[in-house]
Amino acid sequence: MNEQGRPTRLEGAMPTPSEVRTFSGHRGLDHDEPLLFESGRPGHCGVDLPAPSLSHDRLGGLAREGAIGLPGLSEPEIVRHFVRLSQKNYAIDTGLFPLGSCTMKHNPRLNEKLARLAGFADIHPLQPQKTIQGALALIEELARWLMVMTGMPAVAMSPKAGAHGELCGLMAIKAAIAARGEKRTRILVPESAHGTNPATAAAIGFSVDAIPATPRGRVDVAALKAKLGPDVAGVMVTNPNTCGLFEDEILAIADAIHGAGGYFYCDGANFNAIVGRVRPGDLGIDAMHINLHKTFSTPHGGGGPGAGPVVLSEALAPFAPLPHIVHDANGLRLVEHEADAREEGLNPFGRMVAFHGQMGMFVRALAYMMSHGADGLRQVADDAVLNANYILSSLKDVMSAPFGDTGPCMHEALFDDTYLKDTGVSTLDVAKALIDEGYHPMTVYFPLVVHGAMLIEPTETESKESLDRFIAVMRGLAGEAKAGRTARFTGAPYFAPRARLDETRAARQPVLRWTPPKPAEAAE
Amino acid sequence: MRYLPLTDADRGAMLAKIGARSIEDLFRDVPEAARLKGPLDLPRHQGEIEVERALGRLAAMNVPASAGPFFVGCGAYKHHVPASVDHLIQRSEFLTSYTPYQPEIAQGTLQYLFEFQTQVALITGMEVANASMYDGSTGTAEAVLMAERVTRRKKAVLCGNLHPHYADVVATVAGVSGMTIEIGDPVPGGGANLADAVDAETACLVVQNPDFFGNLRDLRALAARVHEKGALLIVVVTEIVSLGAVMSPGAMGADIVVGEGQSLGVGLQFGGPYVGLFATRQKLVRQMPGRLCGETVDANGKRGYVLTLSTREQHIRREKATSNICTNSGLMCLAFTIHLALLGEEGFKRLARLNHEAAVRLAEELSAIPGVELVTPHFFNEFTLRLPRSAQAVADALADKGVLGGVRASRLLPGRKGIETLLIVAATETNTDDDRAAYVRALKEILA
Repeated sequence: MNEQGRPTRLEGAMPTPSEVRTFSGHRGLDHDEPLLFESGRPGHCGVDLPAPSLSHDRLGGLAREGAIGLPGLSEPEIVRHFVRLSQKNYAIDTGLFPLGSCTMKHNPRLNEKLARLAGFADIHPLQPQKTIQGALALIEELARWLMVMTGMPAVAMSPKAGAHGELCGLMAIKAAIAARGEKRTRILVPESAHGTNPATAAAIGFSVDAIPATPRGRVDVAALKAKLGPDVAGVMVTNPNTCGLFEDEILAIADAIHGAGGYFYCDGANFNAIVGRVRPGDLGIDAMHINLHKTFSTPHGGGGPGAGPVVLSEALAPFAPLPHIVHDANGLRLVEHEADAREEGLNPFGRMVAFHGQMGMFVRALAYMMSHGADGLRQVADDAVLNANYILSSLKDVMSAPFGDTGPCMHEALFDDTYLKDTGVSTLDVAKALIDEGYHPMTVYFPLVVHGAMLIEPTETESKESLDRFIAVMRGLAGEAKAGRTARFTGAPYFAPRARLDETRAARQPVLRWTPPKPAEAAE
Repeated sequence: MRYLPLTDADRGAMLAKIGARSIEDLFRDVPEAARLKGPLDLPRHQGEIEVERALGRLAAMNVPASAGPFFVGCGAYKHHVPASVDHLIQRSEFLTSYTPYQPEIAQGTLQYLFEFQTQVALITGMEVANASMYDGSTGTAEAVLMAERVTRRKKAVLCGNLHPHYADVVATVAGVSGMTIEIGDPVPGGGANLADAVDAETACLVVQNPDFFGNLRDLRALAARVHEKGALLIVVVTEIVSLGAVMSPGAMGADIVVGEGQSLGVGLQFGGPYVGLFATRQKLVRQMPGRLCGETVDANGKRGYVLTLSTREQHIRREKATSNICTNSGLMCLAFTIHLALLGEEGFKRLARLNHEAAVRLAEELSAIPGVELVTPHFFNEFTLRLPRSAQAVADALADKGVLGGVRASRLLPGRKGIETLLIVAATETNTDDDRAAYVRALKEILA
């Protein structure tokens, strides 16, 4: 026997992790990575560029003088830095991401590949139009899919995200009301709405009036009707709503608002639940944004970019913002100015962005839609709803589902913190304990209409096996909380790159950028 | 369907667990009258091969910027993006993560946002920057609304040499919110008298530098006049590479700087997604729109990062928020941050210098052609030419010769007198000596 060989047997008691302090500050694969500004040194560079050779300039005496303060690093150092940072992130590619209202579904890589074709990625928004006919055709085709799926006659493609789409929709409503020679100042928004809804309405000068929810988690239609009047411009309803429920009185809501001379804005954040099953155009909706980064799988990218095209009814279509695409003898043409639009019989309320919208997202979304087709898109909604109901059914006996007995949910299952009463464990604690279990937490403390909300949206791209594992964890955690074993909750997360972070300190003493250490400190 | 993991057996077992007879049962809250009875009138599902073929055909109908000599700018610029940028932003952990609301498992995103905010503050010469807006144009509208909050005044003055689309976005968004927007006349050669337009009712003056025609301007005296009136100076930078060569807006007295970050890391992409940079002074930070990342410590005392000052934002403050923005340009921030990190101090300055040189050489050679006049005396990498005939005709003729030679001013300023012959031309480090020679040769032939 080789007495000096590499030991292969585990022998004796092993120390616990807390007894080991590394010299590096790293913990195995978990690297503590300094800021770029703490690593760089003068003279290093990650690109090779030719030396400047012109002896004069035309900067008019405005040449920059002195150092900017950017660090210098070589390419291998930069690549390692960002790869190490990436390893501190949870992502849909690493696990279930049941973040309610956010639709964290699989992001197909075909879409990434196609968005990077030079014919899409390397074209300029102001190139001669005869050199971008394929780009305009792609936008037209995506617009057609959106109109067919929603049963709406028009779509404004340029808004850059959901909230930007809300802005677009409300500005169209404002323009339509102005065109009738009226002035209406109030927007009705249910209490359960996303924060963007009231923020958008307020941003363009509307006052916001909150509509309460019924005990069934829906808009209180009687309360809504009581608030209607000649000063109401419209109502903003999310459907399915943020409790994960279909607004079953939506036709009555539409009739009521139209009867009062207002318009019906629908927040389409949750369109994933109903695509191919019901068309917003058949529900009396006048405007609805579609988050391409939710329903149509363009990657969330750590917070963006998104895209928020807005479908419009006949009543609002003429007011759609610039630019438009029209067909003429030479093919497709961009209408970029108000005067041109008027020649086409349109009355745009203005312009929302410098160019033509989120082309990169358009390519990805269309690739996704074509991959699914009419049949697959309906299956998306069916499976998303099925997965959410499976979670609801599998957890409502051990957790508390405020609307769990009123019928099925749509694409997300809502729980509150009643089941945690007197356990000493909060909704936030459950979320952090889930991190230790290897999951991204669900949406917590939203919607505001239930106490300690936990909103779980599994999406259609999770397998039954994945859901069963998640359900087992949630049941286990509920049991532990009720049994009074709270340590795993209150100190969680234990196994993440960071323990709980002090958000109060961050807000009270804001440090929003790196600054060089003061000379005295640096000398120490 | 390749993206859907459930099998029919799974679906059956799950319906049984739920206690539903069929999937239709789960949609019973949808009013019967509104339910779709049949499939949508759209094609059925397709495999990767078919989808790639169909979209590849559309892509092939476009002429990419890299296909020939390319000099189109006006708010979007053709730059070389190092290969490692696109590789890194496609890391699953960046690409498929969400807004970092759970900071313990989002330190990667949060740290790069902190680095992004620092970079933006450094190059703009400002104290703080946010974690991005959608793009430069929407960021400019947000800046005007912020100036209204800070000054409690309702009038904004926009320089006539602000990118016309930016001015349209400001007029649309800030206008509908109840502000009065005054837009000056464009002055292609620069030097418009702006200070007189600012009075005691003015919230802000918005100036682009380099401006829409390419002019560079020393804003220091103007900043002093604006501040005398109690207004804010908003400086817009649509070509962010200029900040490697030109005095920063912060050094010239800007109160808010809005930038379009597209030139670093992002690419042309037919106009989006881009990334809006937004920087200001520390004392104004609580009136800022958008997300902010801040440094803090965790329960073990280790440094970490979180989203902070959220009481400005819509998800907390609802109708009292400083902006309705939620989703921003996260992944484009990352691309920007990586590209600028690769450049570093020396690379950024050198890149800027190379851009300027490319433009100076091109401007001097083109304006040496009889009948061609350089309108913009001082510029960075973009300048305006007055041609002896319609710029549209010349640009079309150049395109027919394979040279995308710039943007005619009349495309963005339709109906304006005296600008029909103006062509706005951008040059960058991607233009070779051969590109420049091809442009000069083509223009000589067209004007001969």
